[in-house]
Order: sequence, then structure tokens, then C-alpha cells
Amino acid sequence: MLKFIKHHMETIMGIEIFPLISLIIFFVFFVGLTIYVIKADKRRIDEISKIPLDLNTDNNELS
Amino acid sequence: MSTATLSNASGEQTSASRGLETFYYDNSIVRMFLIATTIFGVVGMTVGLLVACQFVWPELNFGLQYTTFGRIRPLHTNAVIFAFVGNGIFAGVYYSLQRLCKARMFSDLLSKIHFWGWQTIILAAAITLPLGFTSGKEYAELEWPIDIAIALIWVVFGINMFGTILKRRERHLYVAIWFFIATFVTVAMLHIVNSFELPISFMKSYSWYAGVQDALVQWWYGHNAVAFFLTTPYLGLMYYFIPKAANRPVYSYRLSIIHFWALIFIYIWAGPHHLLYNSLPNWAQSLGTVFSIMLIAPSWGGMLNGLLTLRGAWDRVREDPILKFMVVAVTCYGMATFEGPLLSLKNFNAVAHFTDWIVAHVHVGGLGWNGFLTFAMLYYLIPRLYGTQLFSKKLANVHFWIGTMGIIFYALPMYWAGFVQSLMWKQFAPEGTLVYSNFLETVTQIMPMYMLRAFGGLLYLSGALVMVYNLMKTAQSGSFINETKAEAAPLTKNYKPDRSEHWHRRIFEWKPITLLVWSLVAVAIGGVIEIVPTFLVKSNVPTITSVKPYTPLELNGRDIYVREGCYTCHSQMVRPFRSETERYGEYAKAGEFVYDHPFQWGSKRTGPDLLRVGGKYPDSWHYYHMLDPTSMSPGSIMPPYPWLFEQDWDKGSTPAKIEAMQTLGVPYAEGYAHQAVADAENQARSIADNLASQGIKVVPDKEIIALIAYLQRVGTDINNLEVTENDR
Repeated sequence: MLKFIKHHMETIMGIEIFPLISLIIFFVFFVGLTIYVIKADKRRIDEISKIPLDLNTDNNELS
Repeated sequence: MSTATLSNASGEQTSASRGLETFYYDNSIVRMFLIATTIFGVVGMTVGLLVACQFVWPELNFGLQYTTFGRIRPLHTNAVIFAFVGNGIFAGVYYSLQRLCKARMFSDLLSKIHFWGWQTIILAAAITLPLGFTSGKEYAELEWPIDIAIALIWVVFGINMFGTILKRRERHLYVAIWFFIATFVTVAMLHIVNSFELPISFMKSYSWYAGVQDALVQWWYGHNAVAFFLTTPYLGLMYYFIPKAANRPVYSYRLSIIHFWALIFIYIWAGPHHLLYNSLPNWAQSLGTVFSIMLIAPSWGGMLNGLLTLRGAWDRVREDPILKFMVVAVTCYGMATFEGPLLSLKNFNAVAHFTDWIVAHVHVGGLGWNGFLTFAMLYYLIPRLYGTQLFSKKLANVHFWIGTMGIIFYALPMYWAGFVQSLMWKQFAPEGTLVYSNFLETVTQIMPMYMLRAFGGLLYLSGALVMVYNLMKTAQSGSFINETKAEAAPLTKNYKPDRSEHWHRRIFEWKPITLLVWSLVAVAIGGVIEIVPTFLVKSNVPTITSVKPYTPLELNGRDIYVREGCYTCHSQMVRPFRSETERYGEYAKAGEFVYDHPFQWGSKRTGPDLLRVGGKYPDSWHYYHMLDPTSMSPGSIMPPYPWLFEQDWDKGSTPAKIEAMQTLGVPYAEGYAHQAVADAENQARSIADNLASQGIKVVPDKEIIALIAYLQRVGTDINNLEVTENDR
């Protein structure tokens, strides 16, 4: 059973596809991410970035 | 104070009622971790000062095995990384996570188990490392029972963190939490993969991997321990505490989203830059370099995001010591992450590797980034947790300036020492010989720098002690607030995101588990592509037919070499440079290390490389040298090892060691374990006889005999070389 796994990549044949696949995955992901980030609603982003400051709740914690 | 009002996620009401729930943040667990980080910070830095002084005054090794540099240096690194920074991470996470999630920690019991478990692990490390129990892998020295304990406690932390996230009252996961999640999942992966080892007894094991593979896994771990233990959690803390301290939101939340994904994806690939010019396949070295250069972008994006958060508040930086600490911390992060990619270029690395330059580099990160951000966090939190003001702003400013001077006095001499020593190593005379052929000359030359470094360390430690006094006075002036009351509306159940919401938000920003899984995918791809081919593609490690397994006595000697932490000062890696082959001999080949569990390439040359030390000196030289290094090398700063002449090498577990090696694939003949002890005794007798012929009387059972056997064997197999397969 183990021999199928063990000898799977003994040669370099066909391995070029691995870096290509990972490049494509991450290229697409980062392009999508950049588009999202640029298009994101400014008001929502502002709101989110204020979460640590906790200005929009009735939190009575010492600050 | 009662916690009965704590409501469970199941008690959530519909959004229609908009009823607020009252709950209490647990401050006591935060205080426990804050105290721990303070204590272990002082301890770790004190041990650091001791090892720095050992360079200048070797007598400070005290002639004891428990206090010798090779055992104490791992104690320093482990204490600072896992005890000081580790407890700092947990303090910051337990404080910020509760507030960002608007929920108390998931379980007070798990919090306590986490705290006491982690401190027990630290105690175990503080006991076992000086005793010489080590796996011999840098920054992962702890032996297998402690490794298991670390994994278990880490899981407890993870359950507690995710439990809290799942019962949160704030739908959006703020970016700091993403960094915490990535930290949790990646450290778990790194720790488990790097710690595969075969136990042969309680507190002794052999690394599952050998040679090149062990090195690649180790530096994949080592590099990413820096990334995901010293960097990502602290970036999470930066994204929480800088806005808090400056009282303004982070400069660009958009940038932080890109910062997160780019950093965790790219960081994981960069490990092989620790092995440039080493016996690693070239493609892996190039991969490490390319991704290290790419890493500048997210690192500097994050740094600028932190610094620019203070835009419009720079006047307050002048006044507020907390902001001062933060500015220096983030600036040091920027410097270290610019320098790191530079050091990953082969031309820089050829100069810097194995020298004190690297020591300077890591301390800019350690003292500046981790140290100063921890101090800022302590100055921010202690007054708030005790409901009072900081006892003395003036003392905090004093700490800031002593600490900053400490960093400068530490780093500059080490840069200088690194340049000087490297240039001396490579200096050729016109007739083609090395100008400084005696390695020791290059050490004595930089002794003043070692003195200055120790002075820098002393300054930095003094600053930390000033802080301890200041914080204790602060705590005394207030009374501890065990729990902080807060109110928030619960999340609506069965919430369906609006279709107009963006995919990133729907997929990640509201779904912690999905975020965890995809973080793991992002970090796993880099690791898999680097490591799997090295294991499975045979041509990556060309075999050398003349390389044979160690004899049982040599194996025992090697275990002593590992136990004494020789790798902390000596490399076993001759790089393919003329200056190195001239000084040491033939450069190292990947196939030479196939039986090395663990590999011992080292990362710093305080002393010369030892790969070709085998056969270089007579046995008697090693005997006298280990007894008193200065007798053979006048001016040497190596400590003496008198206990090797009193203790016996380990006969009892020798068969077990051979069997373990067989399990790991070292080709000893079947049943060899039974005759291993007899073989070892024979070899020991012949070395003792040889020493006797040179006028030295020694019992063959002593450890020094086994160590000599190993040292005379290291790197000699290649001399018997006639035929190599696939040698590049």
C-alpha cells in the first residue's frame, strides 16, 4: 500500500504543474482580494476599523 | 464579582428586541500572564547577559556542566522566545480578544489550565536544558515529553480562543483576531512536523529526519517560528494596542487585509534562506531567496500601517512613553524585515552567515520589536487593570532611553564584529594563502565588541528592572479590577448575510473556522512544495557510497556533542568558497549527512567549523583541548569540559540507540544491536591505548573517549570516496 505513496514523486516528471497551479491560485486570490479591498464600502471599513476603540457601544469600561 | 450574567450563545435573542446583555471581562488571567511575561523577561535577559559575559570572561562558565555556554545559550533563547514573548502573546490575546469579541473568555478553567500548563513547560525547560536534555535542533531543543506537553497546552489555548470567538457579540472579526488565528494554526503545524522524533528513553530521542531533510524541516520551523510566534501574534497586538494607545483607528484597514494574507502566504516559503550555500538543493535555496525578497512588501506595508496610525498624533508621541515604545518597536520591526530579505541575497549571506551580524539582526527584532512592544503593552495595561495612573512617567521615560541605548549598544558592536570577522575569514595574501589562517585571531580581534555587547545587554536589562519597579509601585497605588463589566447586544441567530455583502466578508470576516482552514491552506502550500520534493525526489540528495553509519562509540560521542550544545558555536558546514575550502577542507555535500539524526550544521561560528576536524589532530590534542582549551589554543574562549573525564559514556542504552537508528533507516546489519556494546568497548580500548602511547592514562569508559571517537570520524568518509552517484 505504502509503495504507491512512497514512489509517487520519485521523478520530476509532471511536477511543473505544481508551482503553476499554486501560482494561479494565489494570483487569482490576490487579484480578487485587491479588487475587494479597493471596492469595499468606505463607511463599513471605517466602522470596522473602530472596533478596538469601542466608540459605538455603551461600553462602560475604563479606557 | 458574579459571572452569573454571562450568557451563552444559545440564549441569544432575535435582533428585534435589541436587548443588551451584561457580561464581565476576565482580567485576572490577563494579569497572570502579564506577571509571567515580566518575570521571565527579566530571567531570560539575565541569562542572556550571562552568556554575553561568557564570551568575554570564559571563567563565567563556572567549570560546571550545568552552566556552560552550550547548555545555557538554548536556555536563553527558549526563555526569551517561549517564556517572555510567549506569555506576552497570551496576555495580549486574552485582553484584546475578549474586548474585540465582546465576550468573556470561553472557559475560565481552560484559561487556568493554559496558564499553569505553560508555566510548567517553562519550568521543565529551565530544568532539563541545563541538565543537557536536548534534541539538538535550534529553537526546538526541548525533548519529546515536553514537546507533547507543548502540543496539548497549545490545543487548550486554541479551544479557549475559538470558544470565545464562537460566542462573540461582534459579528465582524477584527484583523487582530485573524493574526491570532493564523498564529494558532501555523505554530501547531510547525511544532508537530518539526518535532517528529523517535524516543529511545525518557528524555532522549532522535530526530525522525536526517541531514538535509532535517535541516530543511528545522529551518522551515525555525524561520516560521520567528514568523508565527514572534511576528504575527505581535502584529495582532500592534493592530489592537496602537489604535488603543493613540485613540484613533488603524491608518488603513484595507491595507491590513492585504497585509494579513500576503504575510502568511509568503512568509512560510522563506525558510531555506537560512541554508544558502549549504548542502541544500539549489532550487530550494532560490525559492527561499525569491520569497524572502517578496516578503518586504507585506512586512513594510504592515509597519507603515502601524506607524501611520500615529499620523496627526505625533505631538503625543513626545509626551507619552507608551507611544514612544511603540514607535521604536514598529521601527525595529521595519529595520529587521528590511534586513532579513537583504540577508537572503546570496552575496549578502556569503558575508553575514555564521557571523555576529545575524546575532545583531535577531536582537534588533527581539529587543526592539518584541521587547519594546511588550513593554508598551505592560505600561498600557497595568494602570488600567489596577484602575490607577502609572506611578512614574519619568521612570518610564528613563526605561525608554536606557532600553533604546541598550539596543544600540547591543546591535552596533555585533554588526561591526560580524563584518570584521567575515572579512578576516576571507582575507587572502597576494601569494594565495589565508592571512588569518589561525581562526582564533579572528575571535580575539572582536573581543572589545563582545564587551560592548554585554554592556548593551546590561543597559537593556537595567531598563527592564526600572519598569518592574515602576509597575509594582503602580499596582500598589491602585486595586486590581478582577472583572470589567461590559454590555453588548448578542448576535442574531441564523444570520444570513445579505447578498450584497462581499465574498471576502461572507467567507472569512464572519466565519472564524473558515478563516482558520484557509489560513492553514495558505501556509501549508509553501511548506508542502518545499519539503515534499526533498523527501521524495531522490536526486535531491545524491548518495555517496563511501558514507557509512557511525560506529556505536561514535554514535555515543555524537550524543555527547549534541548534549553539550557544540552546535551553538561550531558549524559542520563547509560552504563552497575558496576561503572556506582553504581553511577547512573539501566543501560539504548533501550525501554526507544521510545518517545524521539530528543534523548538526549549526548557524554560528564562534569557533571554527568542525566538519573536517576528523583526523586533523592527534587524539591527545583533543584530550588536552577538552580538558583546557587554552592549553592547545592560547587565548581561546571555549570553556573547559572536565566532566567528560569523570562521566562514563552510555553503555546501557547503546543497543536501543542502534535499534532506533535502524528504525530510522540507518543500515546497520540485522541484529547488530547485540554486538554494539562489545564493538564500542573495543574501539574505546584502542583509543585509550593510543592515548597511553602518547603518555595519557585514561579509562576507556570515559565520555571523552567517545567524543574523541566521534570528532575523529566527522567528515572523513568522503576521503574514501571513489565513486559518487549523481554528485553535482
